[in-house]
Amino acid sequence: MSVLVYTESENGKFKKNAFEVASYAHVVAKQMGTTATAISFNAEGNTDLGVYGVSKVLNVSNDKLKTFNAKAFANTIAEAAEKEGAKVIILSSSTDTKFMAPLLVGKLGAGYVPNVVAAPENISPFSVKRTAFSNKAFAHTEINADIKIVGVSNNAFGAHENSTSASIEEFNPSLSDIDFSSKSVDIDKVVGKATIADADIVVSGGRGLKGPENWGMIEELAEVLGAATACSKPVSDLGWRPHGEHVGQTGKPVASNLYIAIGISGAIQHLAGVSSSKVKVVINTDPEAPFFKAADYGIVGDAFEVVPQLIEKLKVFKAQNA
Amino acid sequence: MKILVCISNVPDTTSKINFTDGDTKFDSNGVQFVINPNDEFGLTRAMWFKEKQGASVHVATVGGPATEPTIRKALAIGADEAVRVNAEPTDGFFVAQQLAEVAKNGSYDLVIGGRESIDFNGGMVPGILASLLEMNFVNNCIGLEVEGNNATAMREIDGGKEKISTTLPLVIGGQKGLVEESDLRIPNMRGIMMARKKALRVVEPIDAKKTTEDTKFEKPAAKGAVKLVDNVDDLINLLHNEAKVI
Repeated sequence: MSVLVYTESENGKFKKNAFEVASYAHVVAKQMGTTATAISFNAEGNTDLGVYGVSKVLNVSNDKLKTFNAKAFANTIAEAAEKEGAKVIILSSSTDTKFMAPLLVGKLGAGYVPNVVAAPENISPFSVKRTAFSNKAFAHTEINADIKIVGVSNNAFGAHENSTSASIEEFNPSLSDIDFSSKSVDIDKVVGKATIADADIVVSGGRGLKGPENWGMIEELAEVLGAATACSKPVSDLGWRPHGEHVGQTGKPVASNLYIAIGISGAIQHLAGVSSSKVKVVINTDPEAPFFKAADYGIVGDAFEVVPQLIEKLKVFKAQNA
Repeated sequence: MKILVCISNVPDTTSKINFTDGDTKFDSNGVQFVINPNDEFGLTRAMWFKEKQGASVHVATVGGPATEPTIRKALAIGADEAVRVNAEPTDGFFVAQQLAEVAKNGSYDLVIGGRESIDFNGGMVPGILASLLEMNFVNNCIGLEVEGNNATAMREIDGGKEKISTTLPLVIGGQKGLVEESDLRIPNMRGIMMARKKALRVVEPIDAKKTTEDTKFEKPAAKGAVKLVDNVDDLINLLHNEAKVI
């Protein structure tokens, strides 16, 4: 009857969101008078999950599951849920998990609410608050199915320490060939650079930068801050930057601690996509740019003057605060 | 190849969002509805399969009579025929069960949906559909080639992309990248005229469970005024000492 939480790892290391969902599972378990059990795949340091309130970890060590496979992962988590008698399952909002989640939902006949921003408002009926209309609104949603699956928004609930000692148990799922009917044949991934999904800071450029040849300063600013780079829709449509950097309603959502928009006017679709970021800074020549109304801090000025100054001063700041 | 494209009828991306009936319902007053953008990328890729590989393309939606202009637009873009399941799409699991019924009856090789609808953002219908139909599934699909019974799909991942090899029958959750923005089609007069003659079947929903219910909506709290500064020193100082984000 425990709450089951899927704690994601990559190359054996837990992702930041693993500790967020573990913290969330701990709170739900407490509300329900039970404990949180995590399931992890080929991860090291499972005992770290105890720090965030997980009492037991089901550890899957299986070479076939070293590369993420949505169907095989969904079926493994479903089997773990059955074994544990879990009625509530907590997931993250990573791209992989959002791929896997509906397969788990279908398999278990569960009720699923993604993009949840806070601990459940109520346990009976089970009710959560989530974003809707691409971040233009919130919905309070009840889950009425026997098994409830909650997808927690990135960087919304946070990781909270609740020291528990976690016991580790090996879990061997009964997988068959049919679980691997889709195969990963190639992964093309930037290494050693923050991604939009995980970064604490995102630096984003718009059409105000006038051309792809001017992105050097965006990348340099991102490097100084340890940030991910992003762009507005017109920039990706014009082919100045890859689609994977497009943030907004039809691109990627951003939920970073700090979002710096440079030369982006702030179309409603863009604002919707980045509104979950906690602090927004706008640098734009046009004082009437709509983004200033949605921002916390702003500089009205030419990016080609402001950004190089910002880079230099931040380098000094970083050196002093290192 | 038989393709089914699942379409959601959503408020235009520029819409201001309001609620009515004590904040329990979306206020559609004065709102322009469109084909969900993620579904439109999939529909456009389906047209490519029709033109280059002789595929037939059907579209399906779950919605009331008010959704018909949106589905007619899909026919005007070039889909061959359409099915509307006459029910309000209030729950992702419910919608997936309705579409699964349509898909079963049409024995499709490829079912195309969108990564998520831009209104309720459930992001679950294509995946649940794949699970119910026991078909292969690729989400966040940004590229798809089909040769005989084999499919190669590109999927967006955090920080890059992944190539997946799979087989038909297949369900995908599409998004931008599946085709380019510039590939999207605006129906021409001939297409609009032809769409009037194409079959748009209306079927009643099957008995299906609803697993979730939105009980209340709210809009985000109004944002305080922006703090404008005129030099980068002040900005760094505020980000460090006030916002505490650097």
